[in-house]
Amino acid sequence: MLMQREKLLVVGNGMVGHHLIEQLVAKNAHQRYQIIVLGEERFVAYDRVHLSSLFSGSEHQDLLLSSEQWYQDNGIELLLGEQVVAIDRDKQRVTLASDTQLAYDKLVLATGSFPFVPPVQGSDRDNCFVYRTLDDLSSIKTACAGARTGAVVGGGLLGLEAANALRLLGLETHVVEFAPRLMPVQIDDAGSALLKSKVSELGVQVHTQRATTAITDGETAYHRMNFSDHEPLEVDVIVFSAGIRPQDTLARQCGLEIGERGGIVINDACQTSDPNIYAIGECALWQQRIFGLVAPGYSMARITADQILGGDSRFSGADMSTKLKLMGVDVSAIGNSLGQGEGCQEMVLQDMRAGVYKKLVVNDAGDKLLGAILIGDNQDYDALLQCYLNGMPLPAHPAELLFDCSALQGSKDAGAIICSCHNVTRGDIAAAVQAGTHELSELKSCTKAGTGCGGCSTMVKSVLDEELAALGMEVNHHICEHFAYTRQELFHLARVEQIRSFDELIARHGQGMGCDVCKPAAASIFASLWNEHVLDAKHQPLQDTNDAFLANMQKDGSYSVVPRIPAGEITPEKLIVLGEVAKKYDLYTKITGGQRVDLFGAQLEQLPDIWQALIDAGFETGHAYGKSLRTVKSCVGSTWCRYGVDDSMGLAIMLENRYKGLRSPHKLKFAVSGCTRECAEAQSKDIGVIATENGWNLYVCGNGGMRPRHADLLVSDLSTDELVTMIDRVLMFYVRTADKLQRTSVWLQNLEGGLDYLRSVVVDDSLGLNAELEAQMNHVVDTYQCEWKTTLSTPEKLARFRRFVNEGDAAATPDYRRERGQRIPVRMVDPKAEFIQHTEQEGA
Amino acid sequence: MSWNRVCDLDALIANSGMGALVKGRQLALFYLPTQEPAVFALDNWDPIGKAFVIARGIVGDIKGEVCVASPLYKQHFSLQTGQCLEQPDVSVPVWPVKVEKGEVWVNITA
Repeated sequence: MLMQREKLLVVGNGMVGHHLIEQLVAKNAHQRYQIIVLGEERFVAYDRVHLSSLFSGSEHQDLLLSSEQWYQDNGIELLLGEQVVAIDRDKQRVTLASDTQLAYDKLVLATGSFPFVPPVQGSDRDNCFVYRTLDDLSSIKTACAGARTGAVVGGGLLGLEAANALRLLGLETHVVEFAPRLMPVQIDDAGSALLKSKVSELGVQVHTQRATTAITDGETAYHRMNFSDHEPLEVDVIVFSAGIRPQDTLARQCGLEIGERGGIVINDACQTSDPNIYAIGECALWQQRIFGLVAPGYSMARITADQILGGDSRFSGADMSTKLKLMGVDVSAIGNSLGQGEGCQEMVLQDMRAGVYKKLVVNDAGDKLLGAILIGDNQDYDALLQCYLNGMPLPAHPAELLFDCSALQGSKDAGAIICSCHNVTRGDIAAAVQAGTHELSELKSCTKAGTGCGGCSTMVKSVLDEELAALGMEVNHHICEHFAYTRQELFHLARVEQIRSFDELIARHGQGMGCDVCKPAAASIFASLWNEHVLDAKHQPLQDTNDAFLANMQKDGSYSVVPRIPAGEITPEKLIVLGEVAKKYDLYTKITGGQRVDLFGAQLEQLPDIWQALIDAGFETGHAYGKSLRTVKSCVGSTWCRYGVDDSMGLAIMLENRYKGLRSPHKLKFAVSGCTRECAEAQSKDIGVIATENGWNLYVCGNGGMRPRHADLLVSDLSTDELVTMIDRVLMFYVRTADKLQRTSVWLQNLEGGLDYLRSVVVDDSLGLNAELEAQMNHVVDTYQCEWKTTLSTPEKLARFRRFVNEGDAAATPDYRRERGQRIPVRMVDPKAEFIQHTEQEGA
Repeated sequence: MSWNRVCDLDALIANSGMGALVKGRQLALFYLPTQEPAVFALDNWDPIGKAFVIARGIVGDIKGEVCVASPLYKQHFSLQTGQCLEQPDVSVPVWPVKVEKGEVWVNITA
């Protein structure tokens, strides 16, 4: 007969309560205990930290941390929408609002906190809210629909999040803070002042040192907020976010020890004054402190799980450092950020022009970091946090860290905490890598590192790389599971063996059917080598999302269309045609960063008609959809400019026409500047050309975007012919040797020997390759065709440009709304609900 | 359940997907000549990307599981079961298909 399992009751299914269950399941505690979880809300645990993302496109399902199914699968009883109203400690049982009684052997209170609403007359009026639950946010959303103005009471971290939510809902937004500054707990006066100015720039009005005395009927809006010593403020919606209070009602009522200002007193084992009852998270008071962040709550959950199973883990406080982006403004605070107490010295960098404020708090000896504040630039957070958490010695002149943290080499100590949300050390990650977890995603899911706030993701990746290197393992560059080759190797095989189709390539050198990684890579290789049409029958199924339809798929499944406008030069007649086409098909129209025009919102079946109109007017495809040459940006050059040294327009048009249609490992961007003023920003491009008195200077492998890289000067003072030859060689060498989806900037960084090696290949012909590279480029140039023009004249290539194979295409066009006079997509909802309704009607 | 004639097999493109509208429901049909059966039908709705685009994804296999990659964010869905390979809690409905006399028939719940 089965032994009677002990009963473990968990009250609260918030983030911390759920984490406890995960820990218990991971330790197989559910085999020993019968576990029952009671949640007051109607949802299974969700990510409260990212609640505000609901206002920037997330759905509430995106926030759920688990599912009822998961609880069921693990044999845990989850009772949602159930409130515990009493605990009887003598009889060891709890009573629910429904009068049901449940017995327990061990009880865990994870009841969290509730928002503090200041005792202000009128705070209970309609359209006054708090900001804590999914239901709170839905109510706010509903109320804001008919409102014009809103105020958040409280200028702390959560208050600013709430203010951003109101702003995103289109309200004129005010923040009302009692203290003299924003985020008074984490950052100092100077940092707050910068934060305030940044937030104000976004249109949020900040009122500090305001004590709200009463809320009454307004004249110009729903509410009037009255202040002592200040003019009243009238708003339609008010959100209170003035701090949290521990939810300790149950504990009080059953006589557990409570702190003077609330909170259930716990010891290092997370036990309350009754050893059978534990308290974790924001309801718990440890050494007179409430921890209002998720990481310490998680750590209490881990300790409690261990204690319940007879272990002896102890809670020893927690790091309260935070890194966040508030309304796009980087804000972080580490450790003793306010420099409170004896023996603190401060070093400050205040760059009002750049909008950056940094402060380091160090000890008297100047060799230990005690705290830090970063506003406007979070880049050094990881390095500083590591330094703080691990007590690493500071360099001789710590003030230099204000400018550059590279002196802080990551700690190699196995005990160093990498992920403070889940308490994962460097040693934990190293052990997982050594045990065979070599993929970042797997590493994250098995160690949990980087899955809390996500702030340490880059560090997890670099530990992975270092550990792999230490194991003497080459990082696997196989293109995917179907080919045990790198892209370069496949390119070589296809070139030498004259392979022209995927079927042949996989039959000779691969296995399986192929996938969405190797197929587009192979398609790109074939296009670079043989330059056959990408929609030829054998190539069409290989093409990636955009190449497959020669257009750029947008989030709603519609497409954008970009005709080529070489160097951004366009006649008025052609510009009018663009306008007419956009008007006829009601396309959202935008000038791109590449000096051309993007037309959005075309349905799949409209693409051929749109392109027919464009081609009739003399346009060609712009390859915005391809990993190929996008644009050659240009300044107006010596034809018009008073300072122009050479004809940058003429050269840019010539280069764009030469290299258009070249398929490459990734997209290519060029620019040509007519003088050293560099108005075309050529030094941020893959290929950049700048006119000098003596010819053209060629810059290579620059990049803007996510990881900017300044281009390197490869050769100076070239004639136009020499320049073209040099570009032919550089590009073809890149096409041959780069990894898949590797931009020229990363390619050069990884090229052994770097710029000098590249120069030796393309200038000194050290590999004896140049004639071949040039011939290959000439082949591509000579076989150029406008892909859209060919497609329109080949009916079989048009077969897939239909939404439905069996019906007219007019049905079910996605929803659009208009903004600033143009059509933009409305986020679509799951059609299932509608479908069910539809069929039911049909049945009736 | 009822069988619906959708189109001729000739109208599909080998190793590719095509959209279809059956009883008001948007489907994605995939024609893989080397598979048995050779035609697969899934809902065209991408539950992650939230758009009707599944038919426009690349087909292939991941560890032997025949699948399509969403053209939006590249999650893979099994053509046999509709299961998303990256997210165990996400799947796409799949529908029985038969090919008779060169015609493609799909059996959908309606």
